[in-house]
Amino acid sequence: MKSLRISLTVGTGVLLLIAGIQSCKPGGSKAAITGDAAEKVYVAPGKYDEFYSFVSGGFNGQMSVYGFPSGRLLRIIPVFSTQPENGYGFSEETKAMLNTAHGFVPWDDLHHISLSTTNGEHDGRWVFANGNNTPRIARVDMKTFRTAEILEIPNSAGNHSSPYITENTEYVVAGTRFSIPVLSNEDVAINTYKQNFKGTVSFISVDQQTGKMNISFQILTPGIDFDLARAGKGPSHGWFFFSCYNSEKANTLLEVNASAKDKDFIMAVNWKKAEEYVKAGKGKKVPAKYAHNLLNEKTHTATSTMENEVLVLDPKELNDIVYFIPCPKSPHGTDVDPTGEYIVGSGKLAAVIPVFSFSKLQQAISAKNFDGTFEGFPVLKYEAVLQGEVEKPGLGPLHTEFDANGNAYTSMFVSSEIVKWDVKTQKVLDRIPTYYSIGHLSVMGGPTKKPYGKYMVAYNKITKDRYLPVGPELPQSAQLYDISGEKMKLLLDFPTVGEPHYAEAIPADKISGNALKIYKIEENEHPYVAKGEAQAKVERKGKEVHVWMTAIRSHLTPDNIEGVKVGDEVYFHVTNLEQDWDVPHGFAIKGANNAEILIMPGETQTLLFKPDRTGMYPFYCTDFCSALHQEMQGYLRVSPANSNVPLTFSTGTNKPAGSDAAADSTKKDVSKAP
Amino acid sequence: MKSSIFALALLLSLVALTSCGGDGSDSTEKTASTETTSTSGQEVHGDEVKPSDVTLTTPLNQEWVSDGKGIYDVKCQGCHKLSDERVVGPGWKGVTERREPHWIMNMITNVDMMLEKDPEAQKLLEQCLVRMPNQNLNRDQARHVLEFMRSNDGVK
Repeated sequence: MKSLRISLTVGTGVLLLIAGIQSCKPGGSKAAITGDAAEKVYVAPGKYDEFYSFVSGGFNGQMSVYGFPSGRLLRIIPVFSTQPENGYGFSEETKAMLNTAHGFVPWDDLHHISLSTTNGEHDGRWVFANGNNTPRIARVDMKTFRTAEILEIPNSAGNHSSPYITENTEYVVAGTRFSIPVLSNEDVAINTYKQNFKGTVSFISVDQQTGKMNISFQILTPGIDFDLARAGKGPSHGWFFFSCYNSEKANTLLEVNASAKDKDFIMAVNWKKAEEYVKAGKGKKVPAKYAHNLLNEKTHTATSTMENEVLVLDPKELNDIVYFIPCPKSPHGTDVDPTGEYIVGSGKLAAVIPVFSFSKLQQAISAKNFDGTFEGFPVLKYEAVLQGEVEKPGLGPLHTEFDANGNAYTSMFVSSEIVKWDVKTQKVLDRIPTYYSIGHLSVMGGPTKKPYGKYMVAYNKITKDRYLPVGPELPQSAQLYDISGEKMKLLLDFPTVGEPHYAEAIPADKISGNALKIYKIEENEHPYVAKGEAQAKVERKGKEVHVWMTAIRSHLTPDNIEGVKVGDEVYFHVTNLEQDWDVPHGFAIKGANNAEILIMPGETQTLLFKPDRTGMYPFYCTDFCSALHQEMQGYLRVSPANSNVPLTFSTGTNKPAGSDAAADSTKKDVSKAP
Repeated sequence: MKSSIFALALLLSLVALTSCGGDGSDSTEKTASTETTSTSGQEVHGDEVKPSDVTLTTPLNQEWVSDGKGIYDVKCQGCHKLSDERVVGPGWKGVTERREPHWIMNMITNVDMMLEKDPEAQKLLEQCLVRMPNQNLNRDQARHVLEFMRSNDGVK
């Protein structure tokens, strides 16, 4: 509450400043926004943005794609949530994607983004994201902009310290925020936290060809809370750094009880060493139930497999994997600079930002320059690993990103600003307000070995008066800054979807040329594909009725279906026969509880409809496709459960006027085109 | 939508300009009015098929006919019957007598160009009211469909 009050005061101050500027004092407007700001963010009609940015949607469970510098929203990718726009989580093909050991969980909290890298630079293959609540890691394919895989993480609760990747995307890591009783009796009293609760960090291997993920091993840790993480790079490749809080091991009123100690930790993990132990067979396979969901691009269908065990490494038994670096006051961000030498810890409540040196860390470890132990693990001497501290950076440092010129940019939640400082000297160079209460920030290419710089985005937690009011619920606010010069300059303010946590940006030309335009109908291996109208048909298998339906401008085949009965389960497998870019068709039928699906060119998607009463059920195309889109419609007749209306289907041909198939059981399918 | 928002922004900036007596923000106006509208990523279909690119021979190449039939079933049959009946598009009966071979192939591989330039194609659009879709056939596939059309028209 206190932090909020401070930020609002700052916010109001800024507001007054802007109000002052807007009166016609000469030169005034140049102080708030430089004269060329509009020009710098204006992307003319038909022109493209310079960067794609993949932005987490926070509590909406989605990922948004923005173009910069315009700030235009290009796409929303459903990941850990159903999506009414395209039927993700509603269609029979995609439901499996949201399966977990707890069943179907259609809404999670998506926090952080990691773009795949090769040698520490963006390679344009995949985007990883974490589901925070029911622990999961997702992989989005940058060719299709679709969720290709979701892997659940066992022995974890609050998957916040995720998904951060190693230099060549060897591993995606997932650290638990909540420690919980794992690998033993889980039904224990909460106040036995100190004895029974443990943490884990998971190392998920990534197949370099297919991207397929697999939990390679989990490292068992003391029962503390893991907040964020970053991999080492260059000289520090082989190490991983996790910020931790609650070294007090409190299980109630953490706001107070987990903020008691002067210092918490950054946990340094030597994952190359852990890998050696795994290869030497030192891990233990323990039972664990977790879902592994994978989309097959050929069949357009996701499958969910339940895994049964996971490999666990106990660093108490295996030396030289885990070390603790003292870090002031509940560190949040732990960020590694482009050279891989410096690790920046941001204590949310700290008055300084410590910068640690990887080479000093190595020296301290070999010289055993320790300051006691924590839960049996060596704690390094703060001064021995410290490169320096940024003095008086501002209030509430959270996250740090970097440019290619040796500068760091740290977001300050409490004082609502971004501070720019020199990584080598830790001198503050510049500061600029954000509106309001910034959380994450994103420099273009900021976490890579070669940041692109140029722009930086502030993703804020409080919006208040930035846009026209829209009731109590507001969009989140973000600002784009020009960081090409010595002074940071505000360029643009734009609303975002959900609550963005982290985001990463990649130059457009690294991925735009690979974007898929259509699914080739020849390569469609969906078990219910209809490759052409000649294959459109309706078949009954007991209570199941399968409709192989085709869609092409501007008709559905078949469009007259009779012989379906109350209590049937009708599967509409709709194949879009179009092979041209941007000609989706939609499908909706009255009364369906899964209301709609959307089908891309060459794709097959399935809507399950369970008619619960007799009647005439119109269906139609929901995506405006042509001048005759409104005519793209048809009827399903649903008869009583005991009816003997035969199953018939057709398009473009009618039975003799007034005839009722119910009275004529010899009537055959009349669908065939000449 | 975006451009109207920009127009609004421009308007507002002009209002600001008039009320404040000017301070050099007319550079924004200039930039806006000289900005050219263009598309950075025009869709590219096949190259235009010239009359000399197509040679018709008899007897028909039966492999092509059968390949063309396969393509027809998946990608064309939804709109074109093999009789002279028009459904979404015209029936194919007699099409090889009505149209030049390169015209047919351009309709298949370069439909956007044809609908923009070719008066006959434009007439068909007026009749059918549905733009013929680009079904993503390459030139060889289009040639095989043409062979199937010839077969449908009785050429041996």
